[in-house]
Amino acid sequence: MAAPTERPPVVIVDDVHVEYKVLATGKRASADEMHGGLLQRRNARRTRSVHALKGVSFTARENDSIGIIGSNGSGKSTLMRAIVGLTPVTQGAIYASSRPSLLGVGAALLRELSGERNIVLGCLAMGLSMDEINDRFDDIVDFAGLREFIELPMRTYSSGMTARLKFAIATARDHEILIVDEALAVGDRSFRDRSEARIREIRDNAGTVFLVSHSMKSIRDTCNRVVWINKGTLMMDGEPDEVIKAYEATT
Amino acid sequence: MTLADDAAQHGLTRVGARPSLPAYLAEVWQRRQFVYSLAKFRLESENQRNRLGMGWVVLRPLINAAVYGVIFGILLAGSRPPQFVEFLIIGVFLFEYFSASFNQGARSITSSQSLLQSLSFPRLALPLSSVIQRLLQFVPMVAIMIILVVMLGTAPRLEWLLLIPLAALLTIFNAGLAMITARLTVHFRDLSQLLPFVTRLIFYTTGIFFSFEERFSEHTTVLRIMDFQPVHEFLTLGRSIMLQGPGYDVPTEYWLYASVWSLAILVIGVVFFWQAEERYGRTD
Repeated sequence: MAAPTERPPVVIVDDVHVEYKVLATGKRASADEMHGGLLQRRNARRTRSVHALKGVSFTARENDSIGIIGSNGSGKSTLMRAIVGLTPVTQGAIYASSRPSLLGVGAALLRELSGERNIVLGCLAMGLSMDEINDRFDDIVDFAGLREFIELPMRTYSSGMTARLKFAIATARDHEILIVDEALAVGDRSFRDRSEARIREIRDNAGTVFLVSHSMKSIRDTCNRVVWINKGTLMMDGEPDEVIKAYEATT
Repeated sequence: MTLADDAAQHGLTRVGARPSLPAYLAEVWQRRQFVYSLAKFRLESENQRNRLGMGWVVLRPLINAAVYGVIFGILLAGSRPPQFVEFLIIGVFLFEYFSASFNQGARSITSSQSLLQSLSFPRLALPLSSVIQRLLQFVPMVAIMIILVVMLGTAPRLEWLLLIPLAALLTIFNAGLAMITARLTVHFRDLSQLLPFVTRLIFYTTGIFFSFEERFSEHTTVLRIMDFQPVHEFLTLGRSIMLQGPGYDVPTEYWLYASVWSLAILVIGVVFFWQAEERYGRTD
């Protein structure tokens, strides 16, 4: 184990099971489809249950930066969503010292509003005051590297730009727990370097970071510990080099 | 030592467990700037998309009033209340605020999934913000309403200041209702399909283009029931503040009823919404 026991635990995952009801078409039942949900449910009533996590346990401590690896569909994202509370656990429990923030790929915060206003609203939502936002605004814009697009509505951004802005907003505040779910993969090279530096910074400020990634280089560069998940079970938890070696041996 | 004991010993709390109600409300209060800015930005972007921009805020209810005025003015030619045009304008404008809050409030959670999933903040901010957005739209509407009523020949009176407490009560009522419907729509997504019909039902049972008091003057039971229909109370109060003459006396007890309604709905709304706090944004 990489973590010496004297550091206080920040996240405890205790024998977590997650089961999904999945439509026979392969789509997750109900969930995020805001449009056409009604139709889909009517057309495809047959559901099947999928055991996405089968009893995962581990403890994340202060200053930990944990890489989560595993093949597609192994349950990495499900575990991350469960840690934030977006996916209910079927069995077991997850304890955390504060509510974690989850940075995933995907939609803009508020599509219709400009990047500028998304920054202001995102920071206000996280509990920053107007003064603090004014102080940090330029840093956020520069970090995202979106100076010339900041007045355009976020719906016009590419997925890379969206991810960059979201990451810049979410890391504007000191986080106790930050979860980055492949959000860096869509960014370009220089942004990836900047964001990895930012992750190390958070870790150094007594934060705890979870990084889901398929880039073993990113994981080696930022993490002090790696958890390997396969088919919903925890295969290995330990030093990055050791775990990555074992993981790569199977693929 | 089990992991659960370890968690308890280090003061970790179970993910998804909601804070106590007072702590929750304190968090919401801390986010008041967020609630207001979200409302303001959304209203502006909504208006930017139309060529006439803010003009629609005024035009929409005016066109509504004109349509109802022409159609029902002719249909109900015999039983039109006195000062029919003013009666209609006040009714339509106030109802517009109610129905816009009602509809947007109900969708406030289901339409913000991305925001909910990325950032953690007290979710109550969203239905609140929807209502504030509609309130920001309502204020210029009230100004237009006053100008129209003056142009139609009613002299301004000091009593019109009572519109302020009325708007406050209506806002409290709208906010409470938005919290209730926002949560219900999360549990029953299909509800959003039904909302237009609910709005219409309230529209027809509120007495916007006809006077319940005249139409049902012989049916005391109907009138008694209408005494307790909150939206009808707000409209009647609004008309009695603005207009004078037969049929527009201030029904003092309506202030009491409307206050009780508003506060009760707000309290129920807050508790009801808070109880499912961990549920919003979830994908299950």
